[in-house]
Amino acid sequence: MERYKGKSIFKGIAIGKIKFYFKGKQQVKREKVDNIEAEIQRYEQAKEKAVGQLNALYEKAVQEVGEASAAIFEVHTMMLDDDDYNDSVHNIITSQGVSAEYAVATTGDNFATMFSEMEDEYFKARAADIKDISERLITVLSGGASGSDIGEEPVIIVAEDLAPSETVQMDKDKLLAFVTELGSANSHTAILARTMNLPALIGVEIQESWNGKMAVVDGYSGTLIIEPDEDVLASMKARQEQDRATRELLSQLKGKEDVTLDGKQIKLYANIGSIKDVAMVLENDARGIGLFRSEFLYLEKEDYPTENEQFQVYKTVAENMAGRRVVIRTLDIGADKQVDYFKMAHEENPAMGYRAIRICLDRVEIFKTQLRALFRASAYGRISIMYPMIISVDEVRKIKTIVHQVKAELDAEGIAYGEVEQGVMIETPAAVMISDLLAEEVDFFSIGTNDLTQYTLAIDRQNSKLDSIYDSHHPAVLRMIQMVIENGHKGGAWVGICGELGADTTLTETFLKMGIDELSVSPTFVLPIRKIIRETNLN
Amino acid sequence: MKSFSYVITDEVGIHARPAGILAKEAKTVDSKITLSANGKTAEATKLMAIMSMGVKKGMEVTVTAEGGDEDASIAKMEEFFKANL
Repeated sequence: MERYKGKSIFKGIAIGKIKFYFKGKQQVKREKVDNIEAEIQRYEQAKEKAVGQLNALYEKAVQEVGEASAAIFEVHTMMLDDDDYNDSVHNIITSQGVSAEYAVATTGDNFATMFSEMEDEYFKARAADIKDISERLITVLSGGASGSDIGEEPVIIVAEDLAPSETVQMDKDKLLAFVTELGSANSHTAILARTMNLPALIGVEIQESWNGKMAVVDGYSGTLIIEPDEDVLASMKARQEQDRATRELLSQLKGKEDVTLDGKQIKLYANIGSIKDVAMVLENDARGIGLFRSEFLYLEKEDYPTENEQFQVYKTVAENMAGRRVVIRTLDIGADKQVDYFKMAHEENPAMGYRAIRICLDRVEIFKTQLRALFRASAYGRISIMYPMIISVDEVRKIKTIVHQVKAELDAEGIAYGEVEQGVMIETPAAVMISDLLAEEVDFFSIGTNDLTQYTLAIDRQNSKLDSIYDSHHPAVLRMIQMVIENGHKGGAWVGICGELGADTTLTETFLKMGIDELSVSPTFVLPIRKIIRETNLN
Repeated sequence: MKSFSYVITDEVGIHARPAGILAKEAKTVDSKITLSANGKTAEATKLMAIMSMGVKKGMEVTVTAEGGDEDASIAKMEEFFKANL
């Protein structure tokens, strides 16, 4: 078993035999011709034929991968029609008295070099398109057949490089994955691979000796595994099966509403820990973000993140979510999340110590910086703010006073901000017991079941010795959730769950029947939960 | 000579497809259309020349029309840029 690294283009797993793909490399010799006029005619005819081929490829690609990805062949037709390209070919034939093949090869090389020397990755990648159209012309001129026979059994194609036309011509049913040495993430072959849902790696140092060997392409880690052992094969097969199940759910449920059989609309949102996760949220079709843990901004830094740094991140997330709700939780460090520059004293019992809102209400400047960034970002999308570790109404009132000051400052500076909903995490038994009072103060509740369970059962989740008595479905916790939902609704606050229990599919129906308004789960759980919501009848 | 300036809003800039459509469009107007941006100049009818300018989002392009019915040509080009780029 050997492993090779590459850059992954599409996340997926492919298992199968490798087929080494040799390009019909055309060696073009510089040949003199006598009849220049006839050579130019020959070129014009070849061009016409190439355009015909491209039109056919375009039709095939529209059928198989859709119009957007097929547009590349339309672009190739336009390139063949380019005055400069054609003038160059004509000029080389005429002035040097050489064959059309040679004139095309030289012109193609010149133009490809021009693009490959450009700085921008997108334009650099266009060199491959020039090579592709030039090779097509040469194939037509030299009477060669184009077409890529890849055999009968489905294979992983390994090649130095693949042109989009080669990719599209391969029989889709027999393609498992692509592995190439050259190419870029912006190349059309890469775009086609993504459209066809094919795992693909680029930048792998390929070896001809792999031909015919069993291999795995792991698009998640960007690894090619040659002759995998039994264990690797088994785990990859399991992963593949999981992917298949997710894709199936997606095709059934993407774009569908989160509504129960009897018509109750549920807010089904996703939890994220950094800006990078937004892509996953959109891929899994969550209707919003129910918990954006802002800690990562602090954890990955050597010093306090500035207002502007934070503002940029919140703004980007709000904009990417395009008007969907984004609930951002203010700083929740302390306990198991420590940051050196906060210089916090050692504690015997940090889970119940100086953490989260307790730090924010004590070191108000840190809190204000974050609030200013959040309110500024609220001008760019639908931001809601959520405060963690609340145990009293007094804390909420203190927060409101600070929020009031922040807004007044922004007003005085003429800085715009939007409507911002404010809510609290319900993760302490105290907050549960006074949830009727808290509901009067805020717009929403989000139940953090991890901490709530730990505090209610007095069981340290990090102590593995206690696993046997830790019961995440303990009636005490479920009753608390019921109580919070009822109190929230009485006080006019919507109620959600953002802890791990929210993604526990065995409890989804229970929560829905309790009257939960929102569930916020890891992106990969969104669709399985959507399925249950749509199959549940509350009456 | 008539001209206008336009700031590119397309995410990828003047990429292959709009450059191709622009080249076609520029062939249908009466005047000779020239683009300048990024310190380079190209005739609008030439797809590869336009692409080699490497025009990205946020860059300002100056489009000029020379000869023939300049008013009609420049109006058509302005419409094209607003709709496609």
